[in-house]
Amino acid sequence: MNVIPKPDPDTEIERLEASAVNSAKVRQPLYAARKKIFPKRASGAFRRFKWIVMLITLGIYYLTPWIRWDRGPFAPDQAVLIDMANRRFYFFFIEIWPQEFYIVAGLLVMAGFGLFLITSAVGRAWCGYTCPQTVWVDLFLVVERGIEGDRNARMKLDAGPWTVEKVVKRVAKHAIWIAIAVATGGAWIFYFADAPTLFVDLFTGTALPIAYITVAVLTATTYTFGGLMREQVCTYMCPWPRIQAAMLDEHSLTVTYNDWRGEPRSRHAKKAAAAGQSVGDCVDCNACVAVCPMGIDIRDGQQLECITCALCIDACDSVMDKLGRERGLISYATLADYNANMEIATAGNTCAITPALVRTPQGKLTDKLAHFHVRKIFRPRTLVYFAAWSLVGVGLLYALLTRDRLEVNVLHDRNPLYVTLSDGAIRNGYTVKLLNKIPEPRTIIVTLQGLRGAEMSVVGIDQPADRSFAIRVEPDKLTTLKVYVRQPADHIEDKVQSFHFVIEDKSSFETDSYNAQFEAPEAYK
Amino acid sequence: MSEKQIDELSGIETTGHEWDGIKELNNPLPRWWVWTFYATIVWALAYTIFYPAWPMLSSATTGVLGYSSRNDVKAELAAAVAAKGDMAAAVAAKPVDEILADEKLRTFAISAGAAAFKVNCVQCHGSGAAGSPGYPNLNDDDWLWGGKPEDILTTISHGVRFASDDATRFSEMPPFADTLDKDQIAQAAAYVVSLSGTPANPSLVEGGKTVFTENCAACHGEDAKGLRDFGAPNLTDAIWLRGKDEAAIIAQISGPKHGIMPAWAGRLGESTVKELTVYVHSLGGGE
Repeated sequence: MNVIPKPDPDTEIERLEASAVNSAKVRQPLYAARKKIFPKRASGAFRRFKWIVMLITLGIYYLTPWIRWDRGPFAPDQAVLIDMANRRFYFFFIEIWPQEFYIVAGLLVMAGFGLFLITSAVGRAWCGYTCPQTVWVDLFLVVERGIEGDRNARMKLDAGPWTVEKVVKRVAKHAIWIAIAVATGGAWIFYFADAPTLFVDLFTGTALPIAYITVAVLTATTYTFGGLMREQVCTYMCPWPRIQAAMLDEHSLTVTYNDWRGEPRSRHAKKAAAAGQSVGDCVDCNACVAVCPMGIDIRDGQQLECITCALCIDACDSVMDKLGRERGLISYATLADYNANMEIATAGNTCAITPALVRTPQGKLTDKLAHFHVRKIFRPRTLVYFAAWSLVGVGLLYALLTRDRLEVNVLHDRNPLYVTLSDGAIRNGYTVKLLNKIPEPRTIIVTLQGLRGAEMSVVGIDQPADRSFAIRVEPDKLTTLKVYVRQPADHIEDKVQSFHFVIEDKSSFETDSYNAQFEAPEAYK
Repeated sequence: MSEKQIDELSGIETTGHEWDGIKELNNPLPRWWVWTFYATIVWALAYTIFYPAWPMLSSATTGVLGYSSRNDVKAELAAAVAAKGDMAAAVAAKPVDEILADEKLRTFAISAGAAAFKVNCVQCHGSGAAGSPGYPNLNDDDWLWGGKPEDILTTISHGVRFASDDATRFSEMPPFADTLDKDQIAQAAAYVVSLSGTPANPSLVEGGKTVFTENCAACHGEDAKGLRDFGAPNLTDAIWLRGKDEAAIIAQISGPKHGIMPAWAGRLGESTVKELTVYVHSLGGGE
């Protein structure tokens, strides 16, 4: 592996002695030790896009807990907070109680459909750009490259003896990796408690053990997955590569080596051309293999290991630029386009790939070639995914906009169902729960509606029986009342009578009601 | 096996075992698996040193950490007692009235009382304290011996007609079958039925009133509203301990049945009786 690259005298393209260690052709038994991959730094449009995505996703992850959001004196001022202890979830202006967790479930359903949609349209974009595994491996590679150098330097260092320099570089690399891992694990816990307080507590040793345990576990997983295991996580551990094939069809964009113009590949194109041999665009420089973080050769075709990070496109495009040929020998293409172009290159499958067939006499690619059109994204499969996605989204939005911030729940005493009082009146007991879901204290009027002649009394409130009570409820809390409802004997109409507990906030005009039952003995019917 | 046997096809050493011409490959175990396996052995041995493990003749090794599940239970029980700490001490120290007035203490006492009720009282009064014929309903506002906290406390502490407690609530209605004839009893029963507004034979009611005044009013009162000093029930209300129909009333006048409730102060202790008092008082009929 450790071979100094030598420029090809024909093309001045640096030929890399790279071999795809995870290629199906050289696949090893599963128990064999992993062969290391030393991805070369790529540059180009997709690499730039990946830097931006990395910056945004990491920025969101590390900084979100530190955003403040004023909710008044009765609620935390952290914009995004999962308050397990008090069972509240805060997201900017939205506050969710445990019984509204369906919103989170709905978001997960949306994430699922969103993933299906993206995959069927542009292939494994999630894997290639935004998956945390990809992003953190990218980040760890930045560190590795910064300390040990690019591909060749790293290979040389790895193969070389343990010199002082190697020890220093390795220790530095792993130390920075662990620092990143600690920061990653540390950022996670800030979502679950007030970040500035927890930050101080963490360093003064006064945070809860669970905080340290969580940081330790996530540090270990980040370091192991991002630094040590890398592509093995995607290839062996992740179920998504196996599932995603079901979302792809012949119109999905995937990173494709267009062998209809690349083959027959030749290391000495000019010599071969001079000898009258047919040569394709691929000069077999191995640039695509060298940059691949998964250790595969994209020229073998679509394969499970490919996360479609598109770095091979960048690598190949820069080579094509140097050669003065059209970009896109490796490109995002659909299977349908690929097949159509293959038809042309092989004259309807009657001969081997013939580069001349896809080119005009002037040496340009012919107009007959199929190209991807944005229109192809809009097809039944993607529309169904989009419809399902937006249906859930609209449903959630509706639920969010119309949800109650004031609720009443009532539990009827079951044992006994009713009590006969000495004057013959019947009394039923209820547990009335007032849910004040806003972080403000307020006064709630609880009223009986229906149930002729009945009055209620509230345990703990020293007032004569009445049909209406004013209850002071605490901010963002559930208030439980024990209520006794009493109906005189001569007003009882049936064994079971239906009535309502109506609650109202006079200042905000919010109301809610609960349809309760009033039970009486058979004899009163 | 003296020499290595190599599988021709895969080039991997075999174990030499052969079944129907198929030889078993001797692939090495994955390294991580082997090390995990060794680690579990080390862990297991260390565990037996630190924790009770090896059986001896009469007991087992105690382990250097001195761990014992019994100690764990003891610690948890102590923690449970300590958790109740202040509240339990306050219930023990304060009279029932003060417990009722203190919101937090009241809530604590109601929970503790509900637990004690489910163990000791439900056999007669029912799990919802709704009673059954002969066993009073504790939810309503009719009390034989009084519904104020101190009345309830006395009743629970000393019981009703409980012979071995000197301070017990005691009363006994005589069997009127000995002194009254059947007609007089029927008249009295008709009168009692009419008191709570239930239609009764008017020809009997008139005579019943006389019988009542002469025989019953001493305990149940002239107005038949009962006397709590004697545990004599109010006969004018809608609540009947043993049934409201005439047959049940005739049976009770002729040969009365008397319930017995044990004294609980000695069995459960002062604190628990106070908690039970607060719980019963909270059921909706407390005065």
